Amino acid sequence: MTDTRYDRAPGDSPSRRAIEESPGSEPLVYTIGLVLALVLTATSFWVANTAVLWPPGVALGLVVLAIAQMGVHLVFFLHITSGPDNTNNVLALAFGVLIVALVIGGSLVIMADMNANMMPMDGTMNMQLQR
Amino acid sequence: MNVAVSVYDTHSQALAPASLAGPAPKRIVVGFGFWIFLLSDIVMFSALFAAYAVLVNGTAGGPGGARLFNQGTVAVETVCLLVSSYTCGLMSLAIYSHRRLGTYVGALVTFALGAAFLALELREFADMIARGATPQSSAFLSAFFTLVGCHGLHVTIGLVWLAAMMAQVAIMGFRPAVERRLLCFSLYWHALDIIWVGLFTVVYLMGVAA
Amino acid sequence: MNLLGKLSWSAIPLDQPIIMGATAFMVLAVVLVVGWILLKGYLPYLWNEWITSVDHKRIGVMYCVLALVMMLRGFSDAIMMRAQQAVAAGGAEGYLPPEHFDQIFSAHGTIMIFFMAMPFVVGVMNFAVPLQLGVRDVAFPTLNSVSFWLTAAGALLINVSLAVGEFAKTGWVAYPPLSELQYSPGVGVDYYLWSLQISGIGTLLAGVNFVTTILKLRAPGMSYMRMPVFCWTALATNLLIVAAFPVLTATLAMLLLDRYLDFHFFTAAAQGNQMMYVNLFWVWGHPEVYILVLPAFGIFSEVVATFSGKPLFGYRSMVAATMAICVLSFLVWLHHFFTMGASANVNGFFGVMTMIIAVPTGVKVFNWLFTMYGGRVRFEVPVLWAVGFMITFVIGGMTGVLMAVPPADFQLHNSVFLIAHFHNTIIGGVVFGLMAGYNYWFPKAFGFTLDERWGRRSFWCWLVGFYLAFMPLYMLGLMGMTRRLQHYDNPSWQPWLIVAAIGAVVILGGIVCQVVQLVVSIRDREKLRDLTGDPWNGRTLEWATPSPPPAWNFALLPHIGGTDAFWNMKKSIASKQDQPAPARKYESIEMPKNSPTGFVIAFFAVVVGFALIWHIWWMAAIGLFGAFVTILVLAFRQHEEFEVPAEQILAFDRAHPTEITP
Repeated sequence: MTDTRYDRAPGDSPSRRAIEESPGSEPLVYTIGLVLALVLTATSFWVANTAVLWPPGVALGLVVLAIAQMGVHLVFFLHITSGPDNTNNVLALAFGVLIVALVIGGSLVIMADMNANMMPMDGTMNMQLQR
Repeated sequence: MNVAVSVYDTHSQALAPASLAGPAPKRIVVGFGFWIFLLSDIVMFSALFAAYAVLVNGTAGGPGGARLFNQGTVAVETVCLLVSSYTCGLMSLAIYSHRRLGTYVGALVTFALGAAFLALELREFADMIARGATPQSSAFLSAFFTLVGCHGLHVTIGLVWLAAMMAQVAIMGFRPAVERRLLCFSLYWHALDIIWVGLFTVVYLMGVAA
Repeated sequence: MNLLGKLSWSAIPLDQPIIMGATAFMVLAVVLVVGWILLKGYLPYLWNEWITSVDHKRIGVMYCVLALVMMLRGFSDAIMMRAQQAVAAGGAEGYLPPEHFDQIFSAHGTIMIFFMAMPFVVGVMNFAVPLQLGVRDVAFPTLNSVSFWLTAAGALLINVSLAVGEFAKTGWVAYPPLSELQYSPGVGVDYYLWSLQISGIGTLLAGVNFVTTILKLRAPGMSYMRMPVFCWTALATNLLIVAAFPVLTATLAMLLLDRYLDFHFFTAAAQGNQMMYVNLFWVWGHPEVYILVLPAFGIFSEVVATFSGKPLFGYRSMVAATMAICVLSFLVWLHHFFTMGASANVNGFFGVMTMIIAVPTGVKVFNWLFTMYGGRVRFEVPVLWAVGFMITFVIGGMTGVLMAVPPADFQLHNSVFLIAHFHNTIIGGVVFGLMAGYNYWFPKAFGFTLDERWGRRSFWCWLVGFYLAFMPLYMLGLMGMTRRLQHYDNPSWQPWLIVAAIGAVVILGGIVCQVVQLVVSIRDREKLRDLTGDPWNGRTLEWATPSPPPAWNFALLPHIGGTDAFWNMKKSIASKQDQPAPARKYESIEMPKNSPTGFVIAFFAVVVGFALIWHIWWMAAIGLFGAFVTILVLAFRQHEEFEVPAEQILAFDRAHPTEITP
């Protein structure tokens, strides 16, 4: 199926035909992914709990580690590559990431801005944002 | 769906770019369609994430994340879901080579780990509610229970789907339609773990570190 | 525990004569139609050929029928509002009490956007896109049927709200705190929320379906830059659906949680934030209007090129403009709430972005004009709608750019100037486009053209009626009249509102002309028969099929060499008149089987929705279980497809020759 066109279903391994014939080497990819993800998870927990890091850097570090782990999942478990057979899948993913960034980022900026412009009220009605 | 190809024969030419080669094979169509659906689901989660981020300090005088979250539980949940993603990948390999026993074993372990995740999460929710930290007590808790609960609901639906798929393998074997659905399931299960990475980082770890 | 939740006989508003009259009319219409179907014995035909159909052409027609029926309901709301505002000046109270008037404007907006414009747009895309792409059906035919029936389920729930209970009084956007349980304790907002959630699932699935179809299912040789422009606009639209509708689902779900489980997303108590609802709602809301208008732009591209006898001017810039609008539509949403208190920088950013998004639209308008320039324009009915659109929509767009300036918007927000602007763009853009598409593709769907005389009359009534109904509202907005007023005390507004009411009556004339057009066309269908499959000398592939096309669309998938594929085929046939046509080798085709899944799932969706609205928990559980079982039954069916033998295809081709065979 993959040899009539440069096209591959998302999640499909690049060498599916090879796997059907000799299921030996493929688990390695998944195992590497698992190990990397476990390391990144452990690091995240350490970053969140340690006193060693500068506090504003903690949030940034957590975000970077999370993005890295999402990347590990995409590459090792979902076989997303930058090859021509994966172009549609990568473009769709990029579109999704753009929308997520706009929704979350846009909402945070807008809500922070509007909350900051609210009239001062007594303590029980305080609606200010974390950052 | 087989399509009657015109008198022109595409197989005798060199590898055609996907955009010129006519309708794609069904596996690619189904996989891509499900991929698009997953992206829409992730956009839905992002709206819930945005709501959580805006309301995270709206504790109405009650406890915030730092007091309520148990990192040990979260760590175990995370490892359960991550390993279940791994075993789901192994199950996919077994499906490619049509190995029934490997498929069932992979599915069983994936199911067990997913169920363990759910059980821990439900116990966490019950504990919080017993301590008076109900979703009705503050905007922060409403957002927390909705965001994390929505993910848990997706995991539950995934487990039901997995059970149904194993019934399909048993009854219908590895026919192409069943293989396509299993591809969709593995996409779904991996995506749930990706969302959990975002969840445990933003909700639990940032909540505790604050 | 009351077995029927909040439901009781008092839910039927027997004390409100206007509502009971409307209900009686609706029930009578349903009884007459169903009775006629049963008496004439059409039910087996309807069930086998339409209700369980997974054919995109049939589903497209059903979407359009739903839209046209709901247009009548939405328009009756409109004319009631115009009548009320024409008389309720000074101390006069009019004939609609405020509680009723509030439901009318809320229902009008909800119905027109979700159950008229959306189904119409999705229906036209359903019908035309696979034909234009040269393929047999969409990517997921059964899912397509599910999408349609879920939309119909939502429409049914809204119509039930007329007879049983009430509708929301919050406006079609349902802002908290008014939409929270404390200030809307009745079932109205719940009807709104559940019918939108149910139809929203249908729309989202349709979006997934069409993105996949356009990106993965095209005839051999049809690269992206050889697709018709309507397919490009359909792609942009469905990408927007996939990106925006989940946000609406999440937002309405949060409001539902507030109402049903006492959560605090948007309540004033416990530190909820009402502004967040407005923010998230419009994150969906702005892409929604582009979801509505982009297919209309695509229709105009097809219509203008076909009836000018020229290729569309600037194909590449059209594609670029379409995709630019797709992305930009996600960068402007704050202009719907400039006055909610963001700082000047934030307001300014979104104001500038809103003005920028007018640029690609302008590019499109110029491309259409340049297409017509130098061509031999045939002023058929679709072209009338196109020219009317170009003038009307540009005016509406300009008033939009005017309001994009935040200081100006502070004066005009929620005035009737805003009402005039969005009706200007939605009617002038979306409705005119859909009317053009309806007249343009009707012969392909049914095998005979629509009557031209009544088509012209309906166009002129709509055009004149639109200007009479909405231009006064621009003046009134500048004079300070706000929207949603059940009565007002400024007598100088009344003459303008009387003119607006007259405009609404003229539009009613246009709708009547369209009904007459349909009746006359059906009566005269033999005279209007389309025998060649190509009544307009078209340029794109749908005109290469007989009218109506067979279920499999094309006996042999065409091989595409450039844009305007069908036009090129006609040219090459004409230049090869003396050569014998190559022999066509017919093979059997596998087609998807019909399925009742869509209809049955929608039935359970109505059960669940109604049960949740009235707090009948056991009924909701049964409905959910029923939907789950339906999905299982579908999953375990043994045969998904059936084979159409080659002889049958050959026989059909012989019986329905077209002017060329691709």
